[in-house]
Amino acid sequence: MSAGAPPGPLAAAAALVRRDLTLFFRRRAEVLNPLLFFVIVVTLVPLGVGPEAATLRAMAPGVVWVAALLAAMLSLEGIFRSDYDDGALEQLAISPQPLAVLVLAKVLAHWLVSGLPLVLLGPVLGASLFLPGRAMGALVLGLLLGTPVLSLIGAIGVALTVGVRRGGVLLSLLVLPLYVPVLIFGASAASNAAAGLDVSGPLALLGALLALALSLAPPAAAAALRISLG
Amino acid sequence: MKSFHEFITMGGFAFYVWTSYAIFAAIFAWNVIQPLVHRRRVRERLARRLRRMQP
Amino acid sequence: MAQREAVIPATTTRRLWTWFHRLASPRYFYELAGRLIPWFGWAAAVLLAAGLYGGLWLAPPDYQQGDAYRIIFIHVPAAWMSLFAYVAMAGAGFIGLVWRIKLAEVVARACAPLGASFTLLALCTGSLWGKPMWGAYWVWDARLTSELVLLFLYLGYIALDAAIEDRRKAARATSVLALVGVVDIPIIHYSVEWWHTLHQGPTVFKLGGPSISLDMLVPLLLMVVAFKLFFFAMMLVRARTEVLEREVNSAWVREVVGEP
Repeated sequence: MSAGAPPGPLAAAAALVRRDLTLFFRRRAEVLNPLLFFVIVVTLVPLGVGPEAATLRAMAPGVVWVAALLAAMLSLEGIFRSDYDDGALEQLAISPQPLAVLVLAKVLAHWLVSGLPLVLLGPVLGASLFLPGRAMGALVLGLLLGTPVLSLIGAIGVALTVGVRRGGVLLSLLVLPLYVPVLIFGASAASNAAAGLDVSGPLALLGALLALALSLAPPAAAAALRISLG
Repeated sequence: MKSFHEFITMGGFAFYVWTSYAIFAAIFAWNVIQPLVHRRRVRERLARRLRRMQP
Repeated sequence: MAQREAVIPATTTRRLWTWFHRLASPRYFYELAGRLIPWFGWAAAVLLAAGLYGGLWLAPPDYQQGDAYRIIFIHVPAAWMSLFAYVAMAGAGFIGLVWRIKLAEVVARACAPLGASFTLLALCTGSLWGKPMWGAYWVWDARLTSELVLLFLYLGYIALDAAIEDRRKAARATSVLALVGVVDIPIIHYSVEWWHTLHQGPTVFKLGGPSISLDMLVPLLLMVVAFKLFFFAMMLVRARTEVLEREVNSAWVREVVGEP
């Protein structure tokens, strides 16, 4: 790459991912809080419904997935909020790079620090709810396919509400209904596996959702950002 | 329907049928009244504003 | 001759195009809608009366459900209109986003409260119908559940619209949201359907088998058309009000508002 010429979209995206990861590591506490929330919510369930292994085992896939949904939602604002506040987002919007690609890069960076830990914590929390070992693979694979979809759909929601004061509750109202298919397919993959049934159906559907979200969400979020930036 | 009594009792389902139709009536009434009231308020507000602009 | 033939469609298209442009002008829309609303409104009222008379009085009781089935005459039209209003809202929003037609933004916004009302009505009547049929006010039936999610989507739309102060910005943001929703609705519907069969929920009843008798079908169709006309009438009332608000600074609004 010659000096002075603007970098290609991929190079720009890679630089953006590196920058965002650096920033996230400087604000470690903020990034860790949603994970802590994930753990606490799952811990509260046995305290609420009782410690019987059979009940908890039946509920485990749903509880882990609902908690993952909530934790993912809590961390969403981190995708654009601070960059909106300090004006970096406007710089991105007027840069010569396609905004959708930059959005995808930001979502990727965000997923690496907020979604991937959920995937890794999932089996630990599942085990605490007596989820049988044979279901762990489906749970992890489901989370691996599903959490990026949560980040991608969430990015549209954040892009729409980033200019709104106290947009947090509003964001959950916009985004949670859109999460329904991910929750259904993700939780049933894990519970099918626990029951010894076939898991390829729900996992394939999650994969299809991921493909759809990867292609449609970045341009939608980019359009929403341009509207929010005015 | 053979009689008025039958119409009112709805073959024992009066509560479900008539509650449904009452909710229907309330929602439709709200959807008629609210936009009309809102329109009158807006027109009054705009008229006041125009009067202030050209005394 | 050949030349002449080519000219005619061109003028037709031009005329159609000018008509579109005139329709998109707020003043023309305001006047046209003002003339259409009474027609839509009264037609809706007449059809509604006929449908209610046919459905509640003339139609015989269902041989399986007795008179409880009569909820269908409001439940099914409300459920259909709840989806129709969302698609109309997203379609108008799309036109507003792509061609920057302000009028489409106004129409999209006017659809939201009506659509939410129809969704709420479908949910309430579905629940009241469910009690005598299923024995419970709420079962996690696939259609009821999708309808509930649809209500959340409407409420999200309305909340986002209320949260953004700048009207143009709010219209564009809500249009993006509606488009995302319209892509997601079939997926939500399919996933809920799939989830429902997976869980072996309560057996969904079929209304009197596959063939519905004419005495029941005619009032149902009357109600469907009446709901649609009602939707258009009240949507236009809402849209007209917002056109007035948006065009305060133009001369024709001064004339309209000035006259008592």
